[in-house]
Amino acid sequence: MVPLSWYLMLAAFLFSCGLYGALARRNAIAMLMGIELMLNAANINLVAFWRHGVGPMEDLTGQAFAVLIIGLAAAEAAVGLALIIAVYRERRTIDVDELDILSG
Amino acid sequence: MQLPLGVEVPIPTFEQFVFIQVALLTAVAALAVVMSRNLFHSALALTLTFFGVAGIYVFLEAEFLAVSQVLVYVGAIAMLIAFAIMLTRSMMYGRTSPLNNQWGKSSLFALLFFMGLLAFARATPWPSAGEPVVADEALIAELGREFVTTYVVAFEVLGLLLLLALVGAVMLARDR
Repeated sequence: MVPLSWYLMLAAFLFSCGLYGALARRNAIAMLMGIELMLNAANINLVAFWRHGVGPMEDLTGQAFAVLIIGLAAAEAAVGLALIIAVYRERRTIDVDELDILSG
Repeated sequence: MQLPLGVEVPIPTFEQFVFIQVALLTAVAALAVVMSRNLFHSALALTLTFFGVAGIYVFLEAEFLAVSQVLVYVGAIAMLIAFAIMLTRSMMYGRTSPLNNQWGKSSLFALLFFMGLLAFARATPWPSAGEPVVADEALIAELGREFVTTYVVAFEVLGLLLLLALVGAVMLARDR
């Protein structure tokens, strides 16, 4: 069996990568990719804890949450990319450093 | 297994060995997503990461999730991202760095965060795997029953949210 901590370490790495991508990239699409990485890391943790919890055959909470998060990620990606395309049409750029019309 | 410097490493079982391969593939692909200068290469590496995570679900005996992962992430989200990249022509190679001016602080923060999580994952005495999962349709049928009984509200709200999000996406992105 693969120990639980291995899954957690992989998920921690994926989450940190996603965090760095979401904070440090200047392209809005690259930021969105970082967010998707973080969602995937959280999902790995949920499923790993489901598998190593008590009675994985009876209590399916971890898997149910993971399925809901996958659906949520699809909605998030659709709206996020539509926003990016709308912004690009308006401003001809999706560089988040240049999108500062709301800063006072 | 005895490594030089006297480090004792337990010999991995076959399952652990294959897990290490899949996990390394996933981790390297995730690193390529955030490090690549070409946005399209990032998108391709992201697709590889999604496949790797589906493989991890197979190790966790969550086959339904592995299939959903490939269907939704690889089939829908990666395609959407690829289309958005092509529609915005935003591959900013050559002109400037793909990173903004807070990348130093961000990388330090992400590294410290990773170290913290790693120490936490290693130090806690986790329970070993629970009872073995019988790999048949019963688990998926049970998951479906849970969705129309225990989690029916969350399930319906998610359906409504998806509908609204997709209608909203069309409204936002259409050509006026």
